[in-house]
Amino acid sequence: MAVVTDVSPDGRLTIAIKGRFDFGKHQEFRSAYERPGQKPESITIDLKETTYIDSSALGMLLLMRDHAGGENADIRVINSSSDVRKILAISNFDQLFDIS
Amino acid sequence: MPTLEILTVLIAEDNAAERMLLSSIVRRQGHAVLTAENGAEAVEVFSRQRPHLVLLDAMMPVMDGFEAAQRIKALAGETLVPIIFLTSMSEEQALVRCLEAGGDDVLAKPYNQLILAAKIKAMNRLRRLQATVLEQRDQLARHHEHLRREQHVAKAVFDQVAHAGCLNSPNIRYLQSPYALFNGDLLLAAFTPAGDMRVLLGDFTGHGLPAAVGAMPLAEVFYGMTAKGYGMAETLREMNAKLKRILPVDMFCCATLLALSFQRRLVEVWNGGMPEGYLHRVATGQRVPLVSRHLPLGILSPERFDVSTEVLPLALGDRVFLLSDGVIDTQDATGRSFGAQRLQQVFAANQAPEHLFEDILQAVARFGGKSRDDVSMVDITMVAPDRLVPPPLVYSDSGESSPLDWSVSFEFRADTLKRFNPLPYLLQLLQEIHGLRAQSAAIYSVLNELYSNALEHGVLGLDSTLKRDVAGFARYYQERNDRLERLQEGYVRLHLRIEPGVQGGRLLIEVQDSGTGFDVEQVLALPLTERRLSGRGLNLVRQLTRSADWADDGRVARVEFAWEALA
Repeated sequence: MAVVTDVSPDGRLTIAIKGRFDFGKHQEFRSAYERPGQKPESITIDLKETTYIDSSALGMLLLMRDHAGGENADIRVINSSSDVRKILAISNFDQLFDIS
Repeated sequence: MPTLEILTVLIAEDNAAERMLLSSIVRRQGHAVLTAENGAEAVEVFSRQRPHLVLLDAMMPVMDGFEAAQRIKALAGETLVPIIFLTSMSEEQALVRCLEAGGDDVLAKPYNQLILAAKIKAMNRLRRLQATVLEQRDQLARHHEHLRREQHVAKAVFDQVAHAGCLNSPNIRYLQSPYALFNGDLLLAAFTPAGDMRVLLGDFTGHGLPAAVGAMPLAEVFYGMTAKGYGMAETLREMNAKLKRILPVDMFCCATLLALSFQRRLVEVWNGGMPEGYLHRVATGQRVPLVSRHLPLGILSPERFDVSTEVLPLALGDRVFLLSDGVIDTQDATGRSFGAQRLQQVFAANQAPEHLFEDILQAVARFGGKSRDDVSMVDITMVAPDRLVPPPLVYSDSGESSPLDWSVSFEFRADTLKRFNPLPYLLQLLQEIHGLRAQSAAIYSVLNELYSNALEHGVLGLDSTLKRDVAGFARYYQERNDRLERLQEGYVRLHLRIEPGVQGGRLLIEVQDSGTGFDVEQVLALPLTERRLSGRGLNLVRQLTRSADWADDGRVARVEFAWEALA
């Protein structure tokens, strides 16, 4: 599985993405946070094993943020490699997400 | 398959008894039968009647089955006409020869009815599969051609919009892949009424039509607001709000917007999500990166959108270079990206600035990058204003209803000064007067100068001598933003008066501010070199107007424009 999800006891959803994070992961990523009957407001995106991220992945992050409550969503992006970090930095996505 | 498909089967067999036996077996299975007595006849019957399937005896007089098979396959072209060889040769040897000759299967004599029926069925499945593949291939080709034609038309329409601007100015060089638009790249340039140049390089997320649809509304806002003289902030706000409204959540537009003032020799930059551009100072060879400091357009709500810009001074010959991510993200066969570092190396090795694009493309080719259709680069040179000829404004009215005797006064107070730029409105108003239209660029420049002076030096109390060097320049604009943000009181008053004369008329502009004034004599006495960066543009104002003077210790500026009666 290229997209792995895990829910902690306090209800925090963690989504880990392996390999390339691009449009090819669209369906998998979407179903990772769009679960029937659940609406997680705090989500952690783990990019530890993500090798590449493109602009459509940024769009997917925006969709997820919208789904999780937009401005009020609590979303953390963790373990990003320096290459991935660079892409996030150019787009200034740290203004929307808590990136570490 | 629930119902048996009726096929036309050609049976070529020189032995009459075997031919009849085989024919009756095949007919009993529900198919139509054609017969031939040798290979030549088989080819002839095939070319005339095009059966679906051929049963071919290997050994026949006149023309044997192997040659007949080759000819039938050639006649059939892309359509799969399965050929089953009938043979009494030993299985292994027969199979090889028959298949090499183009046969699809082999049936050994004596015939087994069940096996024959099964083979016909299996071959028919193959035949239908091939037919489906061909049909879908042709359908794809038609769709592709259709899409290409549509893109061609869409691009032609869009080029009309995009080239309404000034991309062809002598100080702009640009390079775009032919269908970059359909990869979301967008390049626009236009003059403001004051003769400043605005350039936008944008990159929408995604590819194809979705990436291209946002381009049109964005171009419209860009051209509309630039032509009316709106500032960077208003234009950016409008572009962001429009894209936020019309694009789906996961789509946005990375963009760099530049405003180059040739009069004041500076460039104002806003970069949201684009790769670093560079300001190349020709005198020192230094390249100042123009870093992305904002989220792309179309993401943030209007309340949270940040329009703060950087302002940098330019010398004649300095260049601003922008590029889309197509260059940096180009990958070689192993998946490595070209990257910003290799770009820097090209910069360092570049001898002639006018060959920079070619140098970059060559470096990308040497790197082994696959060519991409989303490469955009633009390079703008700072030149003297008289090198550029902004296109004349186009008016749609006759001028018969021109108002000729009026005056109007405004007072803009702190809260308004923070967020509102009144100049485009005033310019619209003044453009109602036909006699002034030829001078609208000068009027706009002067209004702009006087209003900026009143706001920055008067109301905000900024010291223009800060702008003497590059570092001070940046500090000045930082300080301007900070003070404006904190502004509690103060005003700028604008008074416009139009007076008709016997031969034409005149426009009087008076700008007054709540500041402490300045020593007019002293500023005007400064040597020209010092006045350029910090002289409040007074020189410019005096050059462009019929008369200009300052009263109340510099707190009031009065200028006059005049026009002759139109022939």
